Amino acid sequence: MENEKHHIVPYRLYIFVLVGLLALTFLSIAITGIDLGSLTVAGALAFASVKTYLVLKYFMHLKYDKPYIVSMVIFVFAIFVVTIVVTFLDYLYR
Amino acid sequence: MTLKQYLSFITNTFDKMNSTSIAANEANYLKYRGKYKGLLGWIFSTDHKRIGLLYLYSMATMFSVGVLLGLAMKLELLAPGKTIMEAQTYNATFTVHGVIMIFMVVVPGLPAVFGNFLLPIMIGAKDVAFPKLNLLSWWMYVAGVFLVLAALLFGSGTPDTGWTFYAPYSFRSGTNLLPAIFGAFVLGFSSILTGLNFLVTIHRMRCPGLKWTKLPLFVWTLYGTAWIQLLATPVVGITLVLVALERIFGVGVFDPALGGDPILYQHLFWIYSHPAVYIMILPAMGAISEIIPTFAQKHIFGYKAIIASTMAIAFVGYLVWGHHMFTAGMSGTAQYYFSLLTFLVAIPSAIKVFNWVSTMYKGSINIQTPFYWAASFIFVFMIGGLSGLVLGALAANIYVHDTAFVVAHFHYIVFGGTGFAFFAAIHYWFPKIFGRMYDKTWANTGWLIFFIGFVTLYSPMFYLGMMGMPRRYYDYLQEFHGGNILSTIGSWILVTGFVIIIVNLVRSASRGPKTEMNPWHGKTLEWTVPSPPPLENFDEIPVIEENDGPYNYK
Amino acid sequence: MEQAKIVVHDHYDAEASKIGMWLFIFTELLLFGVLFVIYSVYRYINHEAFHLAAEELDTFVGAVNTVILLVSSMTIAMSTTSLQKKNKTITLALTGITLILGIVFLVNKYFEWGAKFDHGIFPGSEYLTENLSQGEILFFGLYFIMTGLHALHIIIGLVLIAVVMWKVYTGKVHAERAALLENSGLYWHLVDIIWIFLFPLFYLIH
Repeated sequence: MENEKHHIVPYRLYIFVLVGLLALTFLSIAITGIDLGSLTVAGALAFASVKTYLVLKYFMHLKYDKPYIVSMVIFVFAIFVVTIVVTFLDYLYR
Repeated sequence: MTLKQYLSFITNTFDKMNSTSIAANEANYLKYRGKYKGLLGWIFSTDHKRIGLLYLYSMATMFSVGVLLGLAMKLELLAPGKTIMEAQTYNATFTVHGVIMIFMVVVPGLPAVFGNFLLPIMIGAKDVAFPKLNLLSWWMYVAGVFLVLAALLFGSGTPDTGWTFYAPYSFRSGTNLLPAIFGAFVLGFSSILTGLNFLVTIHRMRCPGLKWTKLPLFVWTLYGTAWIQLLATPVVGITLVLVALERIFGVGVFDPALGGDPILYQHLFWIYSHPAVYIMILPAMGAISEIIPTFAQKHIFGYKAIIASTMAIAFVGYLVWGHHMFTAGMSGTAQYYFSLLTFLVAIPSAIKVFNWVSTMYKGSINIQTPFYWAASFIFVFMIGGLSGLVLGALAANIYVHDTAFVVAHFHYIVFGGTGFAFFAAIHYWFPKIFGRMYDKTWANTGWLIFFIGFVTLYSPMFYLGMMGMPRRYYDYLQEFHGGNILSTIGSWILVTGFVIIIVNLVRSASRGPKTEMNPWHGKTLEWTVPSPPPLENFDEIPVIEENDGPYNYK
Repeated sequence: MEQAKIVVHDHYDAEASKIGMWLFIFTELLLFGVLFVIYSVYRYINHEAFHLAAEELDTFVGAVNTVILLVSSMTIAMSTTSLQKKNKTITLALTGITLILGIVFLVNKYFEWGAKFDHGIFPGSEYLTENLSQGEILFFGLYFIMTGLHALHIIIGLVLIAVVMWKVYTGKVHAERAALLENSGLYWHLVDIIWIFLFPLFYLIH
């Protein structure tokens, strides 16, 4: 029997993370007022990525999980990013 | 519940497990009678061994249907013009032939049959991580098969798009595509669940002492394959859903009239379908990596190199999909990139071939049926692979794309690769699975006739393709007639060999002479359990010592 | 015929279940990932049209839905703590809140889509194909497909949560056998993550 999570995550940690997520959400809405041109997408994705990182690490317990699970998650995102990049080798250069 | 009560609950359960295990294990898995009797005892069984056989029987059935369709196609191509069918029928025939062979035979392939049967035994486990999910995988396979068959039997006509379902024709075709698409989706889900199951099994259920670096190579290939099954299949799943939505609602995602790009469909389709060919070939290579050491009675040459090659193929295989699309209209940059990566991905496969041959060098060769299949595998795989390099070179590709050359290439590498390895595997593990031996003379005769038929059937296609004969056409120019006659005769020889092999195996499964535990003197864990294995594989879970290993011959 | 006793096992490997759920989550990530690839390609090609079409979407409703999902993620994460602290009531309350928030999300979606349909905007509609540019048609096609598929996954998540609530209530899921709750939580967080990306890409293009 494995019991790798002796550690019980306190409620307040989750509240802090939520506050952070809400702040990032409102920030991302606020910056749509500013014209960033071609960086708009990058900005939006940056905020979304930070929020995702918080959800993965704290809500989904990756901070407390064994390293190989974290490796798998990183690997899958990497494969996805590579797929988009290679697809754009076609569309960017047509 | 108190801690004391909880602990005694646990020890009682383990006690019950151990005592009922030994009693249960007196019945081998073929004869075991549990909650259900007869046929229900099989189709409701969560025993990985029975599930493996369920896959074997269903896949053999579908393969036979696919073979008949192939024979029909070859018969049509015996002479120019209409021979036995109209163009529309021919289109439907090659479509269904492809859908069956790809989605119902070679993609489930060795993992569904031999992975299911052998993986737990090879790692010293009693079953896979999620036995009920395993059974669900098989039921989904059957459901997918029926859905695809429904497309043929009901509605507005058998799909005629090719198994590739290219847009925009796939959403314009008047034929009955929705059940076929849905069937392919369900079959994909079956594949995903199998991959998931194997990954968790290999991570969590290895017996004590069985480190990753002591795993049999077949297990390593199942691992790499499982990742591809898991990560690539969803891509084709959603793509097929989009085609269905295009047909039903006209969303526009692939429709040029509404701004969609048909080439994007091709990208998405091949982002799965290229890794899919590695799903087909990696376990096949894994089986060969088991067979050659056994029949050379020698440690595999370059165990770690083969593992590294397996992982490299699995990973780099994600990056080459565009080589199916060189003439579709991609940018030049994309074409250069895909061509380069295609050449790179050939390297780890070549490393494996080198290692297999080096294993045989100075080995003590035991010439048996599995070895014939393994050796001829290397031969046909090399031809298939080298012809792949021709296709991977941009300038040559323009010349042979969509010709019979491509058809020859993929039959050499998929039918030759996965097919030959499958036959090798069934002849290798047959005694373990059924506890009986087949007639070796008939098996070898079957192999020889099959091999001659195979080469006769597919070699002319290389020449015909180079001379300009297009694929997926039911008609051709008079100058291609001779090659086509030779090829069709090859199909008849091949089928003769196939029938001999199947009849031999089927008869021997119930009437062959009973065999010992380890007739081939293999060194992996499956050869340490009785033939056929008991219900729970092991009476006691094995413990692997420091000096134990899967290929410790000497 | 050889008879044998029926073999019954009680395997509980929490880590195996956890990996199993993560692997399933990976398939979902790639499923939606492909849709994001399609979105990226078409947004790149139809930059202006996407901006134009996005004006039709109500940022406020999207923001409310985002907040709803973020809060619901927090509540279900908290429920794993309360379960480990053996507090059944709080666990049920937290998962119950998650469930209700999920339902509110779906209700919002229903009204959002309803408003679109009333304006004649739906896949394959005459209004769409006759009045709008190709880029705009693609935007709405992708909008309906992606938010629709996402809503389907919300429904699946809600069913899972309901099942877990029942099992917590009857004592089948408890501190020493928490996998079902934890893994349902993982699935719910996935649904949240997908929306975290959907929201800016559809509602925050200005």
